[in-house]
Amino acid sequence: MISNYTYRRPDDKIKASVDWVVVALYFVMVFCGWFSIYAASYQYDHVLSIFDLSGRAGMQLVWIGISSVLAFVLLKLDSNLYDVFAYFVYAICILLLIVTIFVAKDIKGSRSWLVITDSIRLQPAEFAKFGVALAIAHFMSSYNFKLMTPKNLAVLSGMILLPLVLILLQKETGSALVYVAFILVLYREGLPGMVLIAGLCAVIFFVIGLKFSDVEVGMITQGEFISIILIILISACLVIAYKKDYASARNILLGAAAIFGLSYLISLFIPLDWGMIAIIAFAALLVYAIVMGIRTWNKSYLFVGVFAISSLLFVGSINYVFNDVMQPHQQMRIKVSLGMEDDLMGAGYNVNQSKIAIGSGGFTGKGFLNGTQTKLKYVPEQDTDFIFCTVGEEKGFVGSAVVLLLYLFLILRLFYLAERQRDAFGRVYGYSVASIFLFHLTINVGMVIGLTPVIGIPLPFFSYGGSSLLGFTILLFIFLRVDMTRKRR
Amino acid sequence: MKNKNFYEKRKYVIGGVTCLIVLILISRLFYLQVIKNEYKNFADDNAFFKKTIYPARGTIYDRKGKMLVFNQPTYDIVYIPREVQPFDTLDFCNILNITKEQLLKKFADIKDRRLNPGYSSYTMQTFMTQLTLAEYGLFMEKLYKFPGFDIQKRALRQYSYPNAAQVLGYVAEVSKTAMEEDSYYSRGDYAGKSGVERSHEINLRGEKGVEILLRDARGRIQGRYENGKHDVKPVSGKDITLGIDIDLQAYGEYLMQGKRGSIVMIEPSTGEILCMVSAPTYDPSLLLGREFGSNFQLLANNPHKPLFNRAIQGTYPPGSTFKTTQGLIFLQEDIIQPSTSYPCYHGYPAGGGRPACHGHPSPLPLEPAIATSCNSYFCYGLSAMLNNRKKYLNILEAFDTWKDHLVDMGFGYRLGVDLPSENRGFIPNSKYYSKNFKTEKWYAQNVISIAIGQGEVLATPLQVANLAATIANRGYYYKPHIVKNIKGASLDTLYTKKRITGIERSYYQNIANGMRMAVTGGTCRGTNIPDVVVCGKTGTAQNSHGKDHSIFMGFAPMDQPKVAIFVFIENAGFGATYAVPIGRLMLQKYLKKEVPPSDKHIEVNMANAHLISPFDNYKNGFRND
Repeated sequence: MISNYTYRRPDDKIKASVDWVVVALYFVMVFCGWFSIYAASYQYDHVLSIFDLSGRAGMQLVWIGISSVLAFVLLKLDSNLYDVFAYFVYAICILLLIVTIFVAKDIKGSRSWLVITDSIRLQPAEFAKFGVALAIAHFMSSYNFKLMTPKNLAVLSGMILLPLVLILLQKETGSALVYVAFILVLYREGLPGMVLIAGLCAVIFFVIGLKFSDVEVGMITQGEFISIILIILISACLVIAYKKDYASARNILLGAAAIFGLSYLISLFIPLDWGMIAIIAFAALLVYAIVMGIRTWNKSYLFVGVFAISSLLFVGSINYVFNDVMQPHQQMRIKVSLGMEDDLMGAGYNVNQSKIAIGSGGFTGKGFLNGTQTKLKYVPEQDTDFIFCTVGEEKGFVGSAVVLLLYLFLILRLFYLAERQRDAFGRVYGYSVASIFLFHLTINVGMVIGLTPVIGIPLPFFSYGGSSLLGFTILLFIFLRVDMTRKRR
Repeated sequence: MKNKNFYEKRKYVIGGVTCLIVLILISRLFYLQVIKNEYKNFADDNAFFKKTIYPARGTIYDRKGKMLVFNQPTYDIVYIPREVQPFDTLDFCNILNITKEQLLKKFADIKDRRLNPGYSSYTMQTFMTQLTLAEYGLFMEKLYKFPGFDIQKRALRQYSYPNAAQVLGYVAEVSKTAMEEDSYYSRGDYAGKSGVERSHEINLRGEKGVEILLRDARGRIQGRYENGKHDVKPVSGKDITLGIDIDLQAYGEYLMQGKRGSIVMIEPSTGEILCMVSAPTYDPSLLLGREFGSNFQLLANNPHKPLFNRAIQGTYPPGSTFKTTQGLIFLQEDIIQPSTSYPCYHGYPAGGGRPACHGHPSPLPLEPAIATSCNSYFCYGLSAMLNNRKKYLNILEAFDTWKDHLVDMGFGYRLGVDLPSENRGFIPNSKYYSKNFKTEKWYAQNVISIAIGQGEVLATPLQVANLAATIANRGYYYKPHIVKNIKGASLDTLYTKKRITGIERSYYQNIANGMRMAVTGGTCRGTNIPDVVVCGKTGTAQNSHGKDHSIFMGFAPMDQPKVAIFVFIENAGFGATYAVPIGRLMLQKYLKKEVPPSDKHIEVNMANAHLISPFDNYKNGFRND
């Protein structure tokens, strides 16, 4: 077979084997993005044609052209190349990231841009994603691969964390966070669901711990009090999930209820420190888990104990991490997204203005080029990270919902394509692509409509920028090329 | 692989999470775009800069069409902070006559967002308003030296004459309460504060226009919204013509200089006010421009109250001019006949009582009593009326009948002149005395001085002038009014309706005859102008403030009267001393256009009489400040 490269197999013919649904979605979204960029960069006093290369829309069209050619080339290349050269590509990406740290100039506080000419700048962080996706796909497709071995986990973590750290060093927190998306890929390949739950719990505890950190309940804050009760409840659920041990779960819940109920009765006569009561209840849970663990000699109970203790430690450290580790602008962005601060002139300005722009669009929008907020530059970064505002203002709820549904369709289609791969390489790579799109969509749109903190990452295919469009095109079309040959792999 | 299938099921979890995320995002969008409505308004507030286009305020003319108040362009210095480059501050300060400290403070104040919330370094800021012509010329010449600065035109009120200040009133920035009462006004708007400027504000101000401009996030204007489709054009204020004759007004003010008092002249056939002098007065141009604040303080603190329009705000005892009303009432109520005579031996009751009277033949019928201004005659008359138990049940009924006649003649209530702050004067009723005397059983003797215009009775000069007009018309009047004509609108019917006092025309003729006799051979000989049949009545009102008030009321000619006049000079002594000669000059001026040379010596005497010496030069004094 190897010697027979020149022979054109039927599945190498693009027309016959490529997934036209994804290709069509790609072009629909890229052109929607192009129009949005034209609308977002429109200037009343200096009207440019959508094709004018001195404008952003014109430049984006150039990038769309380059991307299309690149997509075609990627589909023409031999599909095995991606598998074979995965590590090589990864190595080049890492090298570029390292070089960037030292070479890049400071652009808006970020050192992530390689300036080639004044008008052409590349952001290696946008390209590193597909390098990592290729590398972990290659690694996980090796013969008889088992995810849950310490060595494999360590290698995978290293592969993912290395670019993450390098991008953090470039002060591009947003792009670095994208690598969190790979957890979803690992989950599909066998990472315990507990990791996802733990991650979800961490987010919930973090939000509760911060949002209710101002009110004190005895010796602890209100946030910590609520978190302890949540930990007890989740522990009971875990006991059920892992051991189907309804009796123990009932004991945990009844025990906690008894402690709080008794304390309430006592508090009618003697004032009690409810923070102390919560800690006592927590201690009782811990003792119960250890006793059960020793009695049944089953590590699941100990595991629940470990979960409870680590959760408590996490909850206890939230305020310290928030106040002493995070930078002031990050603290502010998080507080704004939690609704704890408005700060309309500072950190809250972007989000407030983008909510105004989107909200003023109403049900059907103001119409193409009729959006006042975006035209008059009320929304910062409106043709890059905040591009979704233009869609929301000019196309209204209908338009923005359609765009979101297009994304949903694309991502689900990619998951479907990934699932139909016969080998792990295609599947892992496909999941990586879909997960990265999902992460970008969630964080970007979430930020624009005030659900998530302001994290500057682009909206795939919509945000202006050659690097991000090329990056996403490469990411997507490599997968389409791999998918073309799924039957013989 | 044993777990292969198990893990494959996770695609459902992953797919589910994906759907859930998109669902959450769409729900949030639905909330922002469909459920919450306020964002639309926020967006409009952001993007639309509603620039007010100020209409030209209406011009004010006098009855002969002479322009009294008009708009003149004035110049403000403005600048765009971003575009300002270092400049020669010394030169700058010299042109504008300010110190460098003032310059720096101005810049600091403009930048202070607490004082100037709309500050943006991209938008035009006003540095200094209302340049003098000299400053404007100099600054324009050197404008190129101060990049970022510019000159902006604005309209400012201008006055052609230094007269009629209290009638015209002034214009100033609206107060907070005015803004709350009328949503038309917004911060920085100008509105009439007194005089015609205030009472005809609605006509004069016009309607503001608005230009909807698009403003970007930095406050820069990016053009008009939909090419001005939603703009509203301003409507200019209506031009107003006054009944005032500015030459007559100026002459009155000239004669009244150095005195406190008032001259009101009315055209009896229309009720138009020909002149309304209130002395001391001021030059209306003082309350303009940058010196408004300091000048206003000076005027407000002046003990002779130049801002106070004595003609409608001042109330005085009308003195002997009031006797005409008494004669009319007694005749109408059938208390006396024109031929009824009362004795007078230097006072009422007989024997030099109170009030006393001067020497004249006795007894006298009504017309000579008016001519000689006999106090006793009217005291007997009032006494006869109040004590008439055949006609009236009791003194209370009699008194209220007396009062009602006076109200019908325009006393006791506001006449309703189209100027703000008119005073209603005071005519007591029976309840007032019953309350004062703490009994309903009081006697004519207790109140007798009101018969000769003293005591509790108070009237504004305008009310007495209106009385003169009523006698001239022999029984009716039109509400006196300042504005003769509003361009593009008709005058309020209030001022075109004939008001009849309800007293017989023939009785008015008796009073007119008496007033004519006063001019030909009585107290009022000073107004006996050759070839004009003048009717007049003097007055000398005692008061608690010092010397008597000098009063003259009259009209001319006797038949087909053209003018009714009232002259009032505070604390000047006998009516004949000042009020009568001034009345004579005013009548000459109005009826003959020019005062004949034979009367020039009277003019000189009157104009040079300074009765309030320390402030006699107040007008010029302010002027040079």
